[in-house]
This record gives sequence, C-alpha cells and structure tokens, in this order.
Amino acid sequence: MIPLVSIQNLSKTFPGVRALNNCRFDLAAGEVHALMGENGAGKSTLMKVLAGVYQKDEGEIRIDGQLVDIPSPRAAQSLGIGIIHQELNLMNHRSVAQNIFIGREPRGRLGMFIDSRKMDQDTRKIFDLLHLDLDPRTLVGELTVAKQQMVEIAKALSFESRVLIMDEPTAALNNVEIDDLFRIIRQLKDHGVGIVYISHKMDELKRISDRVTVMRDGQYIGTVPTAGTSMDTIISMMVGRTLFESETAFTPAADHEVVLEVRKLNRGRTIKDVNFVVRKGEILGFAGLMGAGRTEVARAVFGADKVDSGEILVRGQKVSIHSPADAVKRGIGYLSEDRKHFGLATGMDVESNIVLATMRRFLALGFFLRRPIIRDTAASFVKRLGIKTPSISQKVALLSGGNQQKIVIAKWLVRDCEILFFDEPTRGIDVGAKSEIYKLLNTLAEQGRAIVMISSELPEVLRLSHRILVMCEGRVTGEMSALGATQEQIMQLATQRESMVSPTVH
Amino acid sequence: MSDSTALQRLKASVFSPSTRQKLLAFGSLVGLMIFFSAASPSFMQMDNMVGILQATAVNGVLAIGCTFVIITGGIDLSVGTLMTFCAVMAGVFLTYWGLPFPIGVAAAIFFGALSGFVSGVLIAKLKIPPFIATLGMMLLLKGLSLVISGTKPIYFNDTPQFPSISQDSLIGYFLPGLPIPNAVLILFLVAVASSLILNKTVLGSYTFALGSNEEAVRLSGVNVDRWKIIIYSLNGAICGVAGLLIASRLNSAQPALGQGYELDAIAAVVIGGTSLSGGAGTILGTIIGAFIMSVLTNGLRILSVAQEWQTVVTGVIIILAVYADLLRKRK
Repeated sequence: MIPLVSIQNLSKTFPGVRALNNCRFDLAAGEVHALMGENGAGKSTLMKVLAGVYQKDEGEIRIDGQLVDIPSPRAAQSLGIGIIHQELNLMNHRSVAQNIFIGREPRGRLGMFIDSRKMDQDTRKIFDLLHLDLDPRTLVGELTVAKQQMVEIAKALSFESRVLIMDEPTAALNNVEIDDLFRIIRQLKDHGVGIVYISHKMDELKRISDRVTVMRDGQYIGTVPTAGTSMDTIISMMVGRTLFESETAFTPAADHEVVLEVRKLNRGRTIKDVNFVVRKGEILGFAGLMGAGRTEVARAVFGADKVDSGEILVRGQKVSIHSPADAVKRGIGYLSEDRKHFGLATGMDVESNIVLATMRRFLALGFFLRRPIIRDTAASFVKRLGIKTPSISQKVALLSGGNQQKIVIAKWLVRDCEILFFDEPTRGIDVGAKSEIYKLLNTLAEQGRAIVMISSELPEVLRLSHRILVMCEGRVTGEMSALGATQEQIMQLATQRESMVSPTVH
Repeated sequence: MSDSTALQRLKASVFSPSTRQKLLAFGSLVGLMIFFSAASPSFMQMDNMVGILQATAVNGVLAIGCTFVIITGGIDLSVGTLMTFCAVMAGVFLTYWGLPFPIGVAAAIFFGALSGFVSGVLIAKLKIPPFIATLGMMLLLKGLSLVISGTKPIYFNDTPQFPSISQDSLIGYFLPGLPIPNAVLILFLVAVASSLILNKTVLGSYTFALGSNEEAVRLSGVNVDRWKIIIYSLNGAICGVAGLLIASRLNSAQPALGQGYELDAIAAVVIGGTSLSGGAGTILGTIIGAFIMSVLTNGLRILSVAQEWQTVVTGVIIILAVYADLLRKRK
C-alpha cells in the first residue's frame, strides 16, 4: 500500500547545527504515528519541514507516492498537511470563527463584505464533527488552553487536512482535557486522517499511537509498532548512549547555611503563599506541570515581576527587591527558560553577552569599556565552559542552543552570583550538551552556590536535585528529599488541585 | 596566530554585513558625485563643495543624535522642533536677557538635554511608545518656541560672536585655501565623539544591547530605564548643537522652522544602514547617509531639476536604500 506521507533521506542544516541528518518517516491514512526523541532530537524540525515552515536541504517527500515540493506553509495546506505548533498561533482578540477562517473568510454580496453568519455556521459544522460544544463567536483569549488547542485542530481540519501534525499537544492539558483530545484524535483516525503525534509522555503514546518512530541527535533511529514494544526499549532507543549520571548521593546537611529564604510569596492567581529555603551548596528542584507557577516564582524573587506580598531573605537579612537590578545586587541570578527572548541579545556577539550583567566591572573612569579585559574574560569563560564558537566576536544567534545556554550561564558566572535560578536549563538543547550542563550545575553547587532548578522533565529533576519542591496551580503541594523520590510521587503532587485535600509527603 | 587566520579575519571584517552596508552607502555617494561632476562642471567647484558641506552640517548633527535612539529600537520625531526650541532658548538667554555668549551656548545644549530627558522619562517610566511620546514632544516644543518668541524671529545682533559658530572657518584660518566652515568642523567633532561613545563606552554598549533585546538586558540586572533616559537626553543635547548651528547660520532663531527636519534626519540614518528595528548601526553610515541626501539635493539643483522633482528623487532613494539593506539581510 502506498503510504500517505513518505519522507526519505531528508537533511537540514542551520548555521552551526546539523538539525536533521538523513531522516526518514512514513505515515499511513488512519494511523496515529508517534514521533519520539529527547529535546533537540529534531522531531519538530522534521515536522516543520513537512509543514513547509522550513525548507529541506536534501531528500525527498512524497504524498500518495507523488514527489512534492513544499516551499511554504500555504503549499503544505493545499497538500492537506496541517500542523498544530507547540506554541499556539491564535489571535486572542478575535473570535473563534475569525481565527479559523483568517485569510479565506466567506464573502457576501459584491465579494466585499465578510459573511460572518456563514463563517459562524461553517465553524459550527466543524465543531459538530468534533462533538465540540463551543460558540464560534467567543473570543479566543477567553478560552482555556485546551479549548484553544481544539480551535487549532478545527482550523487545521477546515483545510480538509489529511495529515495532522501535533507537536506536544498535551503539554498544557489536564487529564480530563487529554481524554477529550484523545477522543477527537480517534474520531479523526476513523475519518482516515493520518496523525503525527510528537510527545515525550510514554503513557500517552501507549494509549493513542499505532507506531512509534524514534529520533536522536537529528537522525532516524527506528520505527516500531506500539503494541508489543516495551517502554524500556523505546527509552533505550531514544537515549542510545549512557547519559551522565550524577553522584548526588549526598544531601547537604540540614545545618548548611540558608542562603535564600522566601516567605509567603503571593502574586495574583499565579503564586499563592509560597514558602521555601535554599541552602548553600544545594540544588533545589522545582517540579510541576506547565503553568504551575514555577517560572512565576523565580521571576518574582528576581524582581522581574511585581508581587502582592511576601518576604525575601538573603543570608537571613530581609531584602527588598523591586527590579532585576536589585536582585543582581543581592547576588541573585536568573537564567530564563526562553533564552532567545529573555536571556540573550542574540544580535550581539559572544563577548558582549558574557559581560552584559557585569559591565561596570569592565569600565575605565566609569564610562569607557576596557576591551582587552572584556576579551580576556570572555575568552576564559568560553574555554572554561567549553563553548563551541569560532570566535568571541561571533554573533550569538549563529550558535547552537547548548552553546547559547552556556553563554547565559557564563554571564551569571562572571557576575559571581551566589544564588542562581535555572529555568528549564536544558530545554531545546541536544543530549551531549545536556550532560555538560548537568556537570556544570553540579560543579556550581559543589563550589557552594545555592541553585534552584526548574524543570519539566522529571528524570532531570530526580537526577540533579538534592531536594525537590513540587508546585501545582501556584501553590507548593509538596517537598521531599530527592533520595528515594519517584516520578509517580512527584506527578501525584503536581496534579494535586486545590479542590483536593492536601496530604503531606515525606 | 598564523598569517592565514589574520587574513581570514581581515576578510571577515571587510565582508561583514555592516561593512558591506557602509561600502554600499559609500559607493552610492561616490557614484552620485562622479555622476554629477560629469553632468555639470560647476559641481566640483570648491565653492559648491563647501556649500554641500555646510548644508550637511545641521542634518548630519541631528541624524547622529537620531542614530543613538534608533539603534535602541526607538524613534525621535521631536528632533526638528527641538532644534528650533534650543535656538529660541539661546535667543532668550543672549538677546532677551543679554547674558554672555558661552552661557547662551550652554543654555541651548542644556534645554536640548532637558527635553530629551523628558522624552526619555515618558518612554522609559510611563511606557508611552516612542513614536507617540516624541510626536507629542514635537508639537509641544513647536508650540513653546512660538509662545516664547511671540512667533517672531529672535536676532542675535547683540552677540557678534554668534554667527561665527557656523560661518567662520577655523580651518581656513590655519590652512588658507581650505575655507571649510566651522559648522562642518563641529559636525566632524560631534561625529567623532559620538562614534567614540557608541563603540568604546558602556553607554554605547547598552545602546546596542537595548536594541537587540531589551528584556534580556533588563533581566541581566541592568537599569534599563535609566540608560534609555540617558540616551534620549544625549540625543537632545546633540539637537541643541544642531540648534546653535542653524541659528548661527541664519543669525536668528526662527520659531516656525524645524518641522520636517526630523524626517530628513531619520532618512539619513536609514540610508546609512542603521536598522529601524534596532540593534545595529554606525555613525559613519549616518554621516554618509546625510551626505548622500545633500549631494543629491545640490546636484539636482545644479542640473536645474525642478524642486518638486528633487523631492520625488529623494523619496525614491530612501526606498531603494532600505530595500538594498533588506536584500543584504535576506542573504
């Protein structure tokens, strides 16, 4: 049988990174085909090539056995390929129907005016197909993330898509919402739609997928039927080599000095009565689902966002932090989850980024830059952290994710911060660079820095932390020593909603 | 370091995008000059060259101030009327109050910096978008100039030194035969100082960083608001210098003048390869951009092209320059 989609020998290079190397993938009609791999394995890149977002360098793509060229997202749409990106692309101030029919609104008389009644009707028809109860006139911004995702699905279907790519669709959904999504996926399947499902949640794959293709470091590893393949097999395909295992057998003694203490922190609905301490030489893991309020806590402590109430103590001294500048003065550094938007001036070179937080130390007469010293410092950190760059005057935008992350880390090391918040430090970087970042975090802790690490990857939290704090809906729902903690335990706390009684876990 | 890497580095710097843009702009300038001198023998005359230099001074100085603001990703629409306001304030100090010449000069620059400071506070503290904040300032300053002067020009007849700011030639005094007016010398000095600030100081470094990623700079613990205010104030002070230049050339402060100058200044900055989205730009590029504009105006006038058509050509040149910049970036 001719597969719906067939990709052969596909390669794609970005400046500085070989993102895809000789990849293959095929999809049958009416199939849910899971695409797995660690962050940075190339899953999203491969699918973005299929959806016309990126252009392939080499290789071929066939739809129904026909060789096709997909130069743009529009071309992908007309081939019946729809993609739902990890970040939803919706206009919050416009209605559901307006979002779905953007660019091809049904026209009324004279072809001048938009026939909004027809637009709402058409939208309703698609919703009926999905058994979805949603008013087409609702503003998208008023919907939950789960409902917004449904809107994206409806939008993709309105193009009569035969291929639907879903990039981590459940990342922000709760269990009920996931069930709902799966029901819709099964319906689409029955209608003969082929679905590519990108996720790293094993249990979901078991429930929904027919086949699994694993990628690693931009390469195709293998395809297996979901039924009859154990999770361990898939994991070993994904990881491929032994990752760095930290020897965090010790937990810093409880009598280590408390460097940072946060008391009764509150901010709107996102942070509710959060208390925690971090000790010298300790890595405190922040676990929880997306939107649990972990990033918000870090940003609040760092002074990036305003708080309603709460106290922050550094080395037992109460401090007032109203801006990142205040926080940095107290020796607190924050490495954002979103390097490109909040961590780096990507248009600038390596050396400028490394000294960005410390400029004052490199000035003559308080005004003139001392270039030679800046260069020496930058060069020494490039060497120390093993940052791979052709030179320190290379634009940061041209480096790989892992190297960019190291530059952000270097920025705070130059500053010599005692307390460091790492927000998703390994997001979007490849496996090799990941284990280097892990080593670095351990070294920093051993040197006596206090580290808070936010991560959505439970194995990472368990592997790296000494102590784990779990959050859900803005509250701390549990705290435990990493020693002997399990993923199940953390997940249970991470999904402990307000309505439930909160048991304490030790 | 071996020779080959030194060579590579040289190659990399010569062919880097920013250098290429400068070469492109510089090449256009040279091309224009060759064209006009071939078309008319009077173009290359010393008198005409000096005229071009003189005519570039005011727009050049304004454009240098704008370069800072535009590199941060901002915009300043008030520079034209601010320039006039500074000239009027010099008139108030010198002619109305009869204060000594240096105080009048200082006043012009001080009120320029003060107005820039106000724009900076509006933008950084009150978070008013730069376009709107400086649009407001543009009208506000225009109105103030008219009110203060009673809508009449203020003449500097009591201050004999005043015209010499712009019109005498210090260079010509030392090098007879090279009667380059002081206005051009001042443009050169402002350019050198600004280039130094942009490339060698913390202020310049933050100017680029703000344009590249303001939020990242803020999260690095930098007091972003303060630096923004400083940058707008610096721009204001530079406008003060431009105000002195134009008042000195006219030997009067003309309160109705000024509006429209901001667009010429922004055009010079853009032709010079500074990106309107911020993060990149050079003073040298801006100077070249300013010269392209005045060479064009001058050359077209010599060829007796009608004034109206000169404006059309200038518009076309601006669009071409920005398009060339986009093409270069797309590669």
